[in-house]
Amino acid sequence: MATEPATETTLQGPAAWEAEAEREHVHGLGPWKLGLRRLRRNKIALLFGFLFILLVAACIAAPLWADKVAKTTANANHLSDTITVDGKEKNVVGLDGVPVGPQWWKADGKFFLGADRNGRDIMVRLLYGGRNSLEIGVVAAVITTILSIILGLVAGYFRGPADVVIRALLDVMWSFPVIILGVALGVALALGGLKLGPIKLAGDSLAIPIFIIGLVYVPYMARPVRGQVLSLREKEFVEAARAQGAGPIRIMFTEVLPNLASTMIVFFTLLIANAILLEAALSFLGAGVQPPSPSWGTMIDEGVDRIATAPHLAVVPGVMLVLTVLSLNVFGDGVRDALDPRAKVRLER
Amino acid sequence: MGRFIVRRVLQMGFVMFAVSLLTFFIFNVIPNGDPAVRMAGRQPTETQIEAIRKEWGFNDNIFVQYFTMMKKVFTGDLVSYFTQLPVGDEIVKGLPRTLSLAIGAALLWMFVAICFGLYSAMRAGKFADRFLTIIALIGISMPVFWIGALMNYYLGYKAGLFPNGGYVEFSKDPIDWAYHLILPWTALAILFIGFYSRVLRSNVLDTINEDYVRTARAKGLTERQIMVRHVLRNSLIPIVTLWGLDFGAVVGGGAILTETVFDLQGVGQYAADAVGQLDVPPVLATTLFAAFFIVLLNAVVDIVYAYLDPRIRLQ
Amino acid sequence: MSAPPSGEPLLTVEDLRVSFATEEGIVQAVEGVSLSLRPGEILAVVGESGSGKSVTAMTLMGLTRSPNARFEGTAHYKGTELVHASEDELRRVRGAEIAMIFQDPMTSLNPVMRIGAQIVEQIQEHEALPDQQAKERAVELLDKVGIPRARERIDNYPFEFSGGMRQRVMIALALSCNPSVLIADEPTTALDVTIQAQILQRMRELRDETGAAIILVTHDLGVVADIADRIAVMYSGRIVEQGTLDEIFYDPQHPYTWGLLGSIARVDRPRPERLPAIAGLPPSLANRPDGCHFRPRCPHEFSKCVEVPPLETRVQGEPGHRDRCWLGPDDKKERREVRPGEIGLEAKSEAGAA
Repeated sequence: MATEPATETTLQGPAAWEAEAEREHVHGLGPWKLGLRRLRRNKIALLFGFLFILLVAACIAAPLWADKVAKTTANANHLSDTITVDGKEKNVVGLDGVPVGPQWWKADGKFFLGADRNGRDIMVRLLYGGRNSLEIGVVAAVITTILSIILGLVAGYFRGPADVVIRALLDVMWSFPVIILGVALGVALALGGLKLGPIKLAGDSLAIPIFIIGLVYVPYMARPVRGQVLSLREKEFVEAARAQGAGPIRIMFTEVLPNLASTMIVFFTLLIANAILLEAALSFLGAGVQPPSPSWGTMIDEGVDRIATAPHLAVVPGVMLVLTVLSLNVFGDGVRDALDPRAKVRLER
Repeated sequence: MGRFIVRRVLQMGFVMFAVSLLTFFIFNVIPNGDPAVRMAGRQPTETQIEAIRKEWGFNDNIFVQYFTMMKKVFTGDLVSYFTQLPVGDEIVKGLPRTLSLAIGAALLWMFVAICFGLYSAMRAGKFADRFLTIIALIGISMPVFWIGALMNYYLGYKAGLFPNGGYVEFSKDPIDWAYHLILPWTALAILFIGFYSRVLRSNVLDTINEDYVRTARAKGLTERQIMVRHVLRNSLIPIVTLWGLDFGAVVGGGAILTETVFDLQGVGQYAADAVGQLDVPPVLATTLFAAFFIVLLNAVVDIVYAYLDPRIRLQ
Repeated sequence: MSAPPSGEPLLTVEDLRVSFATEEGIVQAVEGVSLSLRPGEILAVVGESGSGKSVTAMTLMGLTRSPNARFEGTAHYKGTELVHASEDELRRVRGAEIAMIFQDPMTSLNPVMRIGAQIVEQIQEHEALPDQQAKERAVELLDKVGIPRARERIDNYPFEFSGGMRQRVMIALALSCNPSVLIADEPTTALDVTIQAQILQRMRELRDETGAAIILVTHDLGVVADIADRIAVMYSGRIVEQGTLDEIFYDPQHPYTWGLLGSIARVDRPRPERLPAIAGLPPSLANRPDGCHFRPRCPHEFSKCVEVPPLETRVQGEPGHRDRCWLGPDDKKERREVRPGEIGLEAKSEAGAA
């Protein structure tokens, strides 16, 4: 492509190479731009990412729906109320105890997805429950990430006694299956709440499942982080920074952390997905969100009891849960593919 | 190899001790309020609370408390405050059920995951691969208790294809035993199939690009020989350890959800019921049991891995 | 050196072209490479990274086949055409007739399989030898390549050997079925210089003993000077010069070759101020200049260079010596001598015109 003869014998060494690169129009795309470009091409991942955002937006808009459309709240009982459908009166909860199924728009949006055994509007509970589930999921994921980074960095970078202690701690935590640990903590804290020094939490505070879930996943992320820090530590650019006199904190922030970023991003999306699932499991067992607060897990719990008579009670929150988690998983998968430099079989002619 | 095993077993003992400390910490130290009140469950009476306090040594210092708790657990002196039945007996009764569920599901998921994962890897990038990936992703997105409940209802109760939950002893009727477990096995396996097929696919794709596979091809081996002797074998080694860990986690806790939904009356369901009643002794005992099981399995898994990958044991 | 290679060519490559479809477009890795190899001959294929030398070597064994690869041209080996052969035909050839030694001995051996088992695997693939005998042969081979205590070490794993030892294991593996052609892809690049000498020595001895022909792919001219009979210099997918060892070293015809020779640090000359290097970079594989690919870096470029120079014999009396440079032989003799007695690639300053 370049046709100028290379008679610039005055320019040698790196400068000549730069000039060459300029002429050849080779612009180095950083790994982030490259990743973004690859992600943009992955239509399915983008679609599901968008779906997730939609679901989150819907949950955030819970009060809107509750006020304007369903005209009720998440916990309001309508046991003895009736609704007008096609001109006829229908009991919200029938005399046999069976609540009404999804009405869709037939009653002006009231009981859009039906009612539960206490006569509560499922759609409203679904959205408010979604708020809880999502809040727990995201905040727990953040807690896990921060703790994992700190522990992983300290253990991997400084090694020595700190590493031994942290590893032992992680080993012990790792030995508790996620559910059992969550259950144990949930039970222990449900009655009286938490009191650890200055931190005081009521038994039904949302902070408790957040704290439990956030803690439980730490070993799953801290280990890979530590592993990556271990290998990054040996790389030349870290040695170079050290030789320049940079202190450990500075090195950790400027050299190590950015290289962990892609792993962490992928992990984070998957963490949210798993945290949401764990919250549902814990709530299902009674060790998570405490009634009457709604969450997808508690709703499924209530629904499973009555699955024979009113299947929609279990199906609705479950589908919502699956869609949310699925969209996170597909998107997270797409992000991982995009950031992975080793692109596997991609193009075929 | 022997030295490695000894080292690992010692480590295991240490971790178990630490686990017991942590459990004690969780149940007695962190929570707010009077441990005796907590122990007594919902709506206790004053005499109950006082009796519990004496029994568990809550009036004494923290070391005594720990020892008392450990003594009670290991001498089988734990009694549920709700059912009045000894905890140890219940656990022993429930163990074969939990193990039946866990082992069956584990074998099922392993087999299916290897098939899916290998097929996916060999058709990487093509439609079959994408399709299986979506299926796998759906699998890991479904809460096991939800899909289990739906399966139980629609396939068991409504369609009558399968029994509506419950457990039959293997010794009484092996066929019926399996028949009752098919749905629970499937429900439990779905999540892991999704996860493991993708891990295997990823491992296989990585391994296929390794230099030694190229060397194997240069030797003139057939694709099948290369796949089995070099690719699959090397791809499965890390999976074996994961599998062991997950199996431990299932017995230790994941089974809770499936047992509850299908009413299998295993250790998991026992724990779940106790949770609902805030009945501490069973929860305490099952927590320790679960954790110990996992620690044991961790050690076994490490030893098996060292056997499979000589680099680990000889360095 | 021992008896010169002779006889009919064992392997004839004609106009080999290999291209790959990548994210950046179609990459022509090999553009019309033709070679021939006679029994017992050591042919060195020299070039930078990206010159296409490894792709050429691996294509001969069908190791570059993939859904996004396209091949043209032919490679005839003892009557079988290799480039478009079926997998079954190729499998027959691999290991038994043509064997390969790869660049990185650390990763080229299966880490969880004993080396004895890996050698036996190849032997039993091509010959119906029972386990015990196959293992015996493996022990002999290890011994022959210079692995001490071969009988004990045959059950060791690859990580229990040093890099040089591992490469010897690979050589033993390659020779296990007495192939007629050995392709060595940068066999010493991952090794220390001292080990390098030993490995090359061993390879030459094996050629003398077994009569196998060797294709040695490397970027290191120093390695080549030691053992090659003939040399093919590749640049950007094409062979730009080929000839005997003496022809290339003493009568190089292509400016790229001059650059390569000129950039070797010489012990027998006064130290230069700066290590001479060829200015610029090889063209990106997807975007090459028209005509001669070396144009942008060549100080001797002139108007005819926009046409692709064919690979032809241009020197009287050296029929096997071909190159791709439009300059006349006398012109070349003059331009390549940048200093008295020194070959290199530099533009002549006006003052220094010879």
